[in-house]
Amino acid sequence: MNIQIKNGRLIDPKNNIDAVQDVYVAAGKVLAISKAPSGFKADKIIDASGLVVIPGLIDLAARLREPGYEYKATLESEMSAAVAGGITSLACPPDTDPVLDEPGLVEMLKHRARALSQAHVYPVGALTYGLKGTELTEMAELVDAGCVAFSQADAALTDTRVLMRAMQYAATFGFGVWLRPQDSFLARNGVAHDGEVATRLGLPAIPVCAESIALSTMLQLARVTGVRLHICRISSAEGVALIRAAKKEGLLVSCDVSMNHIHLSEMDIGFFDSNCNLIPPLRHQRDRDALRAGLQEGVIDAICSNHSPVDDDAKQLPFAEAEAGATGLELLLPLVLKWAQQDKRTLAEAIAKVTVNAAHIMNIDAGHLSPGAAADVCIFDPECYWKVEAAALKSQGKNTPFLDMELQGKVRYTLVNGQLVYQNT
Amino acid sequence: MNNPQLNKQGELHHLLSTEGLPSRILFDILDRASAFVDGDGRGEIRKVPLLHGKSIFNIFFENSTRTRTTFEIAAKRLSADVVNLNIGSSSTSKGETLLDTVDNLCAMHADMFVVRHAQSGAAHLIAKHVAPEIHVINAGDGRHAHPTQALLDMFTIRHYKKEFHNLRVAIVGDLLHSRVARSQIHALTTLGVPEVRVIAPKTLLPSHVEKLGVRVFHDMKQGLRDVDVVLMLRLQNERMQGAALPSAQEYFKYYGLTQEKLALAKPDAIVMHPGPMNRGVEIDSSVADGSQSVILPQVTFGIAVRMAVMSTLAGAK
Repeated sequence: MNIQIKNGRLIDPKNNIDAVQDVYVAAGKVLAISKAPSGFKADKIIDASGLVVIPGLIDLAARLREPGYEYKATLESEMSAAVAGGITSLACPPDTDPVLDEPGLVEMLKHRARALSQAHVYPVGALTYGLKGTELTEMAELVDAGCVAFSQADAALTDTRVLMRAMQYAATFGFGVWLRPQDSFLARNGVAHDGEVATRLGLPAIPVCAESIALSTMLQLARVTGVRLHICRISSAEGVALIRAAKKEGLLVSCDVSMNHIHLSEMDIGFFDSNCNLIPPLRHQRDRDALRAGLQEGVIDAICSNHSPVDDDAKQLPFAEAEAGATGLELLLPLVLKWAQQDKRTLAEAIAKVTVNAAHIMNIDAGHLSPGAAADVCIFDPECYWKVEAAALKSQGKNTPFLDMELQGKVRYTLVNGQLVYQNT
Repeated sequence: MNNPQLNKQGELHHLLSTEGLPSRILFDILDRASAFVDGDGRGEIRKVPLLHGKSIFNIFFENSTRTRTTFEIAAKRLSADVVNLNIGSSSTSKGETLLDTVDNLCAMHADMFVVRHAQSGAAHLIAKHVAPEIHVINAGDGRHAHPTQALLDMFTIRHYKKEFHNLRVAIVGDLLHSRVARSQIHALTTLGVPEVRVIAPKTLLPSHVEKLGVRVFHDMKQGLRDVDVVLMLRLQNERMQGAALPSAQEYFKYYGLTQEKLALAKPDAIVMHPGPMNRGVEIDSSVADGSQSVILPQVTFGIAVRMAVMSTLAGAK
């Protein structure tokens, strides 16, 4: 189908475009920008006047809960949530049940996702079998099956020798290793940041050094092994400082932050709001400010949703017993825009954090609208306010700290491979 | 953020913590409790049928004989009907969720729930969930709060010391894990005690504890100097397993209250303990049984204070 996206403000950070320009799509790909190719006849014209046209968002961490956790959410519900959020590519962590440590499982997941014809799903494979932290997975086979990188999700890997070997093995093939820094001993039983709020509320706490100690270890091992390391969900000022130093040194390291952590702090727990029970925990306002500064500087490359739908029953429990996590596919865009607006960043800079930068981390050719690229497009209304309520969310997870808040920025159209997969006008 | 304990008229609707309550509400409860204590000096608690016809459910998810018994006695002194539920042995062990259990109990037409739970925030969760006319009293939630204990401690202090505004109060022991200590600190600072000290090894102090408005001491001899009130906390055996302390013996030597250490406080200083005591661990028998100990009167006052809390909640509309 030939599509013309007309009169929209096109923002393509990779190609340095921020101007009102038309986009021409044919056979699932971007055919041209700005000027219609000769002989082009549009089968469909999308009037994007007053709207912003960007490459479809790329989310580095979205739990689809399949296989194994279908009572929390299913591929169908979460994929429709993704495109409703303007997300056209997402990476899913390996902590499914069973864990994504066998090529067959990865193939099945990819096959299921492809059949739904919505966003592209890029599985992140388990670094060790069962995420148990003792034996390496068949990383090369898993990449053949479709994995883009390897991670331990939120499972501990305490044996530093195994960690080093895993990194060396991945580095042999040039595979990326994505790790969330947390010392499992220091973090044991903790559910909140070790600070004034946890003290007042009497919650078992996780000190910042649980992140910085683990991060130092990971960075040192990355230096030794030469692996392409990606640090997931940085949460503290100390963590940002370590990444800054590592990048300055020239280490091959990238970093992402969860959209919740750039806006919220431990104070938002209030009277034990279990929607604020997150991994990593929400930390001090100073940490939040350092995360925002890190984004601005480029120390933090990307923002992800860390989408983790949780069923109501698992949240309606005393704080420490509640399951951690927040739903987020549909909030990623407005929360990125909110950051940009508050910290006076350009839209292009903000959009880069969820398009071209994320694609680079995943090592895929995506996140841009160059001629010849897949026509994965998000068209949104930057002015429109909408209320975050259970009925408004397509995800089965209604668990978000932003519940009942108004956010600005609403997706109107989402295209994947030149197909209109979502429309809300 | 709305204070979940107060109704729209600013009256007490739930008692969940001493934190966030204005001093007039705390003083009201103390004054009410005074009225329940027999004026003739024998310290007996009057029987006053203020809650006749009301049902009070003691919902204890965590075991406690002492607190549950005092709540039961207090409720009966007010002529309320009391139902005791030991949840550990019933539905939750069959897999029923906390809120399902609560819903079932609401359907049995309780007026008031007294709740004890092993998790911080449980009382807040229940209070948020129950029908608007039901009152919730937190009888202890995890490490977070034990407001009625703190209130009876304040009552005891006022009984012996008359005023709060000129006192030095020391809280000694495992503050990290203590809901009693947290509630005591909030009550003491709200009622205007100018100096609240905490005395403990670093492993037993919560981080940023000084932000609660207390002076931190690691040396008990320094910390007890010229103090008017000594609030002792129980040391649980689990602390040795959790690598917080090496042994009860070393703890007793440096943080146990002995006659020798008590002598550093004011000569008329009072010694308090929420109970149950570990003799020879946090407190020496001679002190526990000595002339400065008011540990047993605390228990009696606890009945009056709980009567005051229940009648305050039931009275507010």
